[in-house]
Amino acid sequence: MDEHDGGGAVRLGVADPWTEALAVGPWEERSGPSPDPEPAAAARRECDRTAVYRQVQAGEAFQEVRRRYRRFAFPAVGACLVWYLLYVTAAIMAPGLMGRPVAGAVNVAMLAALAQFTTTFLLTWAYARHAGQCRDQAALELRWDTQERVR
Amino acid sequence: MTGRIEPTAGQVHQASVQLAARHSVVGHQALALALFTAFVSITLAITVWVGRGRRSSEEFFSGGRLFSPLENGFAISGDYLSAGSFLGVSGLIALYGYDGVLYLVGFFVAWLGVLMLVAELVRNCGRFTLADVLSARMSERPVRIAAGISSITVAVLYLVAQLVGAGSLVSLLLDGEAAHARTWTVVGVGALMVFYVVFGGMRATTWIQVVKTALLLGGSAVLAFLVLARFHGDVGALLRAAAHGSGHGAAYLRPGLKYGGSPLARLDFVSLGLALVLGTAGLPHILVRFYTVPTARAARRSVVWAVALIGAFYLMTMVLGLGAAALVGSGAVRASNAAGNTAVPLLALHLGGGAGSTGGTVLFAVVGSVAFATILAVVAGLTLASSASVAHDLYGSVRRHYAPSGTPDAREVAVARLAAAAIGVVAIVLTLYAQELNVAVVVGVAFAVAASANLPVLLLTLFWHRFTTRGAVWAVYGGLLPSVALVVLSPVVSGGPGAIFPRIDFAWFPLQNPGIVSIPLGFLAGWLGTVLSPVPADPGRHAEVEVRSLTGAGAA
Repeated sequence: MDEHDGGGAVRLGVADPWTEALAVGPWEERSGPSPDPEPAAAARRECDRTAVYRQVQAGEAFQEVRRRYRRFAFPAVGACLVWYLLYVTAAIMAPGLMGRPVAGAVNVAMLAALAQFTTTFLLTWAYARHAGQCRDQAALELRWDTQERVR
Repeated sequence: MTGRIEPTAGQVHQASVQLAARHSVVGHQALALALFTAFVSITLAITVWVGRGRRSSEEFFSGGRLFSPLENGFAISGDYLSAGSFLGVSGLIALYGYDGVLYLVGFFVAWLGVLMLVAELVRNCGRFTLADVLSARMSERPVRIAAGISSITVAVLYLVAQLVGAGSLVSLLLDGEAAHARTWTVVGVGALMVFYVVFGGMRATTWIQVVKTALLLGGSAVLAFLVLARFHGDVGALLRAAAHGSGHGAAYLRPGLKYGGSPLARLDFVSLGLALVLGTAGLPHILVRFYTVPTARAARRSVVWAVALIGAFYLMTMVLGLGAAALVGSGAVRASNAAGNTAVPLLALHLGGGAGSTGGTVLFAVVGSVAFATILAVVAGLTLASSASVAHDLYGSVRRHYAPSGTPDAREVAVARLAAAAIGVVAIVLTLYAQELNVAVVVGVAFAVAASANLPVLLLTLFWHRFTTRGAVWAVYGGLLPSVALVVLSPVVSGGPGAIFPRIDFAWFPLQNPGIVSIPLGFLAGWLGTVLSPVPADPGRHAEVEVRSLTGAGAA
């Protein structure tokens, strides 16, 4: 990564999709000096790029990736947020329940805290596994495909 | 430091208990100083070594983007595990028992949101800062300035918490009487952090985080092991002893000791809980970490590592807080520092054999220098993140506006270096007014501001197709201004014995933590701004952000 700084001039005619991807980042496109001598051509390129992204977004492959991501992440985040808020609410509204001894000095409150830790560890593991198995490959193919077309 | 203590050391032959304790103070000061000097020398060497001849902004702000997930996981933990948890939360557990545990649960559960909603998408969409993600979809200048300002605010608040921690630590090391030594420590730590950032950039800062995390986890593991060994591995016995040592009995193990009294105190508890669980995803120094790895997949794997390391550390923190209550006693902890910030160092002194013993001296010194290392590393990370915001977001927008044809790279890095120095000065000056605050309370406030100003705009940009530029700008200011205003009007700033201005009282807002009001306001403002927007959202740019965020197409 050392030899290109990513913020400088836009390189045209480089075949490597990584470098090209950097060069067509929206920051340079909109802010830096236009690489194209002709502004109309630059606008056309921008237009093409947007069209490609909209096509990809509408495509079945992308919709599938998005569905898989959202079907896991949204319910999981929602559930853990609700579970955490329940825990906090119980701590203030029902201290009697939270203070009920379970075994020796260990009470419900202690077990609830440990349960929060356990669910966090488990969900982290489950999400990483789900993403690796169900999403990564498809997302990577879409990435190269999109970058080819944007070029 | 030593000069002050020498006369005391000369009187040790009088052999009173008190002077024996003094003697150990001299011993641990020298040792702690030696250990800390060693850490500083190593980190300075790292800084100079990895900072050689690297001048591009890619290098300075994101360390070349080629760190491995394991390294970045350690670095994320290093950025996240601050003096707030090591000193502040363990102290709160030592004083208030279960209510301190709430902090740990909130700090930890927050990572699920970061992992699933933020890490990968931010890595794919942005380049150096939070504002990059927003400006991928919105009109660049207004959102960049808004997000830059809010990131800097959060970072400065968080910096103050860390520097307060450094101050109380040194006043303990110097036996609680050297106010000017405390001031000089704050100044010294501030100067070091500026040096790290200016000369090392992200690459050096990352390696410092890695070293620090290893030291912190190692030190905590040793202490936690010693605490458990003291109770022969019986957690029940530890809990009973802690309840007894706290002077509160069974109430110590139940929620409610700190936040249980009035309905307002309970509301404060909910507010804090919300801020902790939602704030992490908006912390600027955590967000910039995702750019140091090559891909979104690596960003995800670094968060998984961080969750493992942070979870393990928090479980140990619980043991340390309980151990301090059980072995040192809440009364002794409070006598040393009213906010509890010195519980773990006192615990170390006790575990090693008490004041005057060699073991106590060594452990105390080790813990003191690990805590210093923690503070130094976190402040370096924060300074880097906020200087990136100044240079890349604020200066970048202004420069593009007035001089669209400049050489962006070198100048942005130069501005970042200047900004690091300026932010250091601001944080030091603020800290000198805030030295009596509990570190964890200030960290809670910083989380609330992050959750109100940064999180709504980030989530709405990534997931709401109708979100517009006006909505984004309103979301940032609509969360930032109320949260900051409510903090200024809260008991943290005025009107109480522990406040920044104890003698004047303008605390109109009764809660210490503004989260419960300001976080919904941030989301509300984002929605309102979108609805009232003169132009609808551009579906093309939404498509681009959505495709890029989930696939990594065109990622930097």
